[in-house]
Amino acid sequence: MTNIENPKVKIKARNMTVHYGDAQALHGIDLDLNANEVTALIGPSGCGKSTFLRCINRMNDVIDGCRVGGSLSIDEQDVYDAAVDVVELRARVGMVFQKPNPFPKSIYDNVAYGPRIHGMAQDRASLDALVERSLKRAGLWQEVKDRLSASGTSLSGGQQQRLCIARAIAVNPDIVLMDEPCSALDPIATAVIEELMEELRRDYTIVIVTHSMQQAARISQRTAYFHLGDLVEHGQTETIFTTPQHQQTEAYISGKIG
Amino acid sequence: MSTSFLLICLFGLGGFSYFFGRRRIGALTRAARVKQHSRDVYHGSFVALCAVGVPLIVLLAWAGLSPLLLDAMLEDFLRRQSPDLSLGEMGVAMAKVKAYFSGALPEAFTGELIRSGSAYFAELRSASNQARSVAITLLALGGLAFGLSKLAPRFTARPAVERVFNAAMMMASAIAILTTIGIVLSLIFETLRFFDKVPVMDFLFGLSWSPQIAMRADQIGGAGAFGAIPLFAGTMMITFIAMLVAVPIGLMSAIYLSEYANPRLRGIAKPGIEILAGVPTVVYGFFAALMVAPFLRDSGADIGLALSSESALAAGLVMGIMIIPFISSLSDDVINAVPQTLRDGAAALGATQSETIRQVVLPAALPGIVSAILLAISRAIGETMIVVMAAGVAANLTANPFESVTTVTVQIVMLLVGDQEFDSAKTLAAFALGLVLFLITLMLNVVALYVVNRFREQYD
Repeated sequence: MTNIENPKVKIKARNMTVHYGDAQALHGIDLDLNANEVTALIGPSGCGKSTFLRCINRMNDVIDGCRVGGSLSIDEQDVYDAAVDVVELRARVGMVFQKPNPFPKSIYDNVAYGPRIHGMAQDRASLDALVERSLKRAGLWQEVKDRLSASGTSLSGGQQQRLCIARAIAVNPDIVLMDEPCSALDPIATAVIEELMEELRRDYTIVIVTHSMQQAARISQRTAYFHLGDLVEHGQTETIFTTPQHQQTEAYISGKIG
Repeated sequence: MSTSFLLICLFGLGGFSYFFGRRRIGALTRAARVKQHSRDVYHGSFVALCAVGVPLIVLLAWAGLSPLLLDAMLEDFLRRQSPDLSLGEMGVAMAKVKAYFSGALPEAFTGELIRSGSAYFAELRSASNQARSVAITLLALGGLAFGLSKLAPRFTARPAVERVFNAAMMMASAIAILTTIGIVLSLIFETLRFFDKVPVMDFLFGLSWSPQIAMRADQIGGAGAFGAIPLFAGTMMITFIAMLVAVPIGLMSAIYLSEYANPRLRGIAKPGIEILAGVPTVVYGFFAALMVAPFLRDSGADIGLALSSESALAAGLVMGIMIIPFISSLSDDVINAVPQTLRDGAAALGATQSETIRQVVLPAALPGIVSAILLAISRAIGETMIVVMAAGVAANLTANPFESVTTVTVQIVMLLVGDQEFDSAKTLAAFALGLVLFLITLMLNVVALYVVNRFREQYD
C-alpha cells in the first residue's frame, strides 16, 4: 500500500476535452489520480464528472457524436493512442454503473463472463476458484454460494450491485471506476459497498463519482470538484472538506448550490 | 317505419336530449343554489344516453332475432297449408316465398302455396315493423323521461356516464371474443358431422388424400380418401423452408438495424423492410409461380436435378421472404428493449460488440425473438395464396422439396370451390382441416405467450 503523502500516479489526464456533438462537456481537465487510493469526483449534475470517468476506459467511444481531445495515460501509456486495444484497456479498467446491471444469466455466469471472454481460466476448476474469489472479495459469497445457478437478476438491489463489483474485479483490473454505485441502494447496502471499497483500495485504484458529500468524505483519500465541465479544485479529501480553496467548492460542499 | 328512419329519429332525439338536459340542469342548479356535482356536459350526455342507449340495443337485437322468428312462423304456416312437404321441399318453398315477396321471382313460377305464403309473410313483416316502431318509440321516450327525472344538481352524472362508457368498451371486447367462440363452435360441430362420415383415425393418420365423393352409389372409385397426413406434411415442409429463409435473414437484419446501423440508415431501412409485409400475398404468389419456380426448375436442370415447375422449394423460399419483416420487425423491437446498461456492462468488461450481441443482448432478447418466430410460423402455416400458385395442389406425401406438394389451407380452398352439397364429406372435411389448423396455430401462440412470460426479465 502506497503512503498517502508519497503516492504513485496511476492515471494522468492532461487538457482532456470532450464534446457531445456541438456541446462541450469537458473544458481541458488536468488531473492526476493516484494508485491505491479512492478518488471521489463530486459536483452538481451535468458538471462532467461522469464524462471524465468514462474517458478513463473509453466508454465515451460508443456514444454517437462524442469527440475526445487531450491526453489521458494510465501508467504512462496513452489510452487514446491509436495502437491501444480498447478491449484490453477495458479489461484493465473495470467499471461499476449507477444502476446494477447484472446480465440475465446465472450468478456464476455473470462473474465468469469477463474471465471467459478474456480466456483467463484454463479449466473449470480454476474458473470456479476465480468466481469464488471474486464473490468473496465483493462480500457476496456467503449470501449466494448455495445458489450460484440462480439468475443474477433475482438478487436484491444491493446484492446485484455487489455482483457487478464481483464481475468487474473478476477480470483482475488495475483500476475500478464507479459511477454513483450506491445511488440506487438503501443505506445498509450502501454501507456494505463502502466497506468493500475501503477493502478493495489495497489492490486497485478506485475512482468514484458520487452525489453524496458524506460518502465522498467517508471513503475517499482525494476529492476532485467539477463544475460545468471544469475541474475547480482537487486535493486531499480532508483538505477539500475542511479548507476548500475556492468559494464555489465550499458552497457546493456545504449544500448552498448543487 | 324503416330501420334507417328509426335510426335517424333516434340520433335526432339523442342530440335534442343532450341539449335539453344541459339546459335543464342549468335551470335546476340556478334554482337550487347548490354546487353542481357534475359539469353540464355530463348531465346532457346522461340524458342522451338514457334516451338512445336502450332503443339502439333493442333495434340491433330486433334486426338479429326477428328474421329467425319470422322464418319459424312462416314455416309453421306452410306446414299447416300443406302438411306433406318434405324437409327439402320446405326449404325450397321458403326460399321461393321470400323471393316472390321481394319481387325477384316472377308470378309465373309460383303456385297457390307460394302466393298465400307470401301474403302471410308480408303480414308478418308489417306487424313486426309496427311492433318495432312502437317499442322503440316508447323506450326512447321512457328513457328520456327517466333521464330527465334523475337530473338534480347533486346527481352524480359524471360517474354514471363513465359506467356507460365502461360497459360500451366491455361490449366491444365481448363481441370480439364471442365471435371467436362462435367460429370455433361452428368448426367443432361441422367437424363432428364430418367424423360421422369419416373415422377420426382415418382422417388424422391416413396417408392418402383424395377427397372425392360418389355421385352415384355404384360409382367405381367413388370412395374418397381423407387422410390428412400428406397435407400436414406439405404444410410443415413449406413452413420449414420458409423459416430457413426468414429466421436467419430476419434476425440478422434486426441485429444489424438495432445494433450497427446508424439512426439515419435505420430510419430508412426499417420501413423499407416493413413494406415487404404490405405486399399482397397474391403478388408474392405470382412472383413465386412465374419467376422463382421456373428459375429453380431451370437451374436445377442445369446441375442435373429434376425439379417440377411447381415445388415446395419455390413456395417455401418466397414465403420465407414474405415472413422476413415479421421476424425482423418484432425482433428489432425486442432487441431495442434490451437496456443499454447491459451493453455498457459488457463493453466495460472488455467484450467486443459482436460478443456483447451474442452473449448478452441476444440471450436477453431471446424470449421475444422466440415468440416472434412462433408468430411467423403461425403466419406461414396459414398462408394460402403463395402455395396455391407455386407449390401446386397435388397431395404428395414426400420429403423431397423439389416435388409438388400441397398444404392444408390450399386444400380447404379446393374443397369449398365448386358445387357440392353442404353436408357432403368433401365439404365437411374443410371444417375438420380448419379445426386442426386452428388448434395448431393456437398451440403455437400459447407456447409463444408462455415463453415470453416465463423467460422475460423485468427491467425497470
